[in-house]
Amino acid sequence: MFDTLIFSLIVGAAVGFSAGYLGSIMVLEKMALVGDAMSHVALPGLALGVLIGFSPQVGGFIFLFVSAILIWYLGRITKLSFETLVGAAFTLALAIGILMYGNNLDELETALFGDIAKVDLTYAAIAVLIAVAVVFLTRYIYKKIVLGLISEELAISKGVNIAQTNLLYLLLVSVTVAVGIQVTGTLLVGFLVVTPAAAARIISRNLSKYFVLSAVFGTISAVSGILLSSALNTNLPGPLVVISGVIIFAVVLVVRRAKKMMD
Amino acid sequence: MEYADDYILKVTNLKVEIQNQIILENLTFKVKKGTTLAIVGPNGAGKTVFFRTLLNLVPYTGKIDWAGKVKLGYVPQNVSVKDIPISVKEFLSYKDVVDVKAALAAVKLDDPAVPDKTLAVLSGGQMRRVLIAWALLDNPDVLLFDEPTVGVDVGGEESVFSMLSELKRKRNITMLLITHDVHLVKEYTDELLGLNKCVTYFGDSQQIVEPSLQQKIYGETVCLSP
Repeated sequence: MFDTLIFSLIVGAAVGFSAGYLGSIMVLEKMALVGDAMSHVALPGLALGVLIGFSPQVGGFIFLFVSAILIWYLGRITKLSFETLVGAAFTLALAIGILMYGNNLDELETALFGDIAKVDLTYAAIAVLIAVAVVFLTRYIYKKIVLGLISEELAISKGVNIAQTNLLYLLLVSVTVAVGIQVTGTLLVGFLVVTPAAAARIISRNLSKYFVLSAVFGTISAVSGILLSSALNTNLPGPLVVISGVIIFAVVLVVRRAKKMMD
Repeated sequence: MEYADDYILKVTNLKVEIQNQIILENLTFKVKKGTTLAIVGPNGAGKTVFFRTLLNLVPYTGKIDWAGKVKLGYVPQNVSVKDIPISVKEFLSYKDVVDVKAALAAVKLDDPAVPDKTLAVLSGGQMRRVLIAWALLDNPDVLLFDEPTVGVDVGGEESVFSMLSELKRKRNITMLLITHDVHLVKEYTDELLGLNKCVTYFGDSQQIVEPSLQQKIYGETVCLSP
């Protein structure tokens, strides 16, 4: 039990950090809901893993990965926004996923809300490795993405391939969401991409601070949610991760208001 | 190629089509090294697309010949910085700038508070200067400047122009400016390109004050403010 808690905390910290870091870009791109909606696309993949008998996370990742490429490609040829395309895809994926689970309600509950009791050493090690890779690759693309947000012409004239950068970004979101599902479930994993970054945005006056705070708030939300879940003796930390994150957001907001009033 | 006749840019029969619509056609003109060319025309005339074409961002037919290996600097008309908490220092660091102060001093932004300010809180004139500083970091031979006066107050306009003139003198930069500002064209440019899908005028920029020329370029009379 103690081992499981340690492994869960490691996974939570890794996912919280990388999701918060990635999410900071998503909030800048005004695509917060894309991260949330994209997480639901994993559901049919998770179901497939359960039905066929391989790791649901791998199934979820494959579905997210393929969906991300499809959405990126459709975005290029139709010029529709990611938001529109993801919005269209995620309800369909949710519907198919629920149908695939059928009467297997326990597994469906795990997929929707996560289950840290199933986290082991291997999963924790993979989560850390993936988080390190995600943070490293995000660092590589964030300047390009920010420059593209400021001015597409400036970015392209500096040699940035916007289409390729967006594809890599979507893939990073896919892999982070796939790993995070075990902690918060598909329904709530989008939270880790959005709320920590939103809290960081309120108090950041430069990008370095903003990115670091997003990652730190993501880590604190995930770790404190898991600790609370353990204290309350539940295997469903997702809702508590969300509540912890919202408390951080509220505290940041109150502190900022108080500081402004004192100035 | 190096031109013996001191032209830095030769455009020949340039045509740009986007989604089956002709945006530019039959563009043929030359720009001399070290001069400033004003590009003037009504909205939707294809001026910004022309810059994007020079930057190789849109496909075209015809010829764009630069004299030798020319470095281009670009100052866009619009930047979206309102929702991005990026400081001036961070923005310039995207070009691996070591000495931010020197980069800003080159565009006469000497206020020590500027590097730590976010781009979103800069005035229109300061923003223009930061973008010029960004463009100058590559030591460009040619500076493409889209609407230098957008978002700059009246006093600020003059100081931006005089700074550009000084830069031109010191660095011998060739400038191409898209503008609607008749005063800017008259005081700070050498040649004028009237553009409305095709070239409607090419010649001495001092002629901009002639109502007949403005009629020709804009399709309606525009009076020069005193």
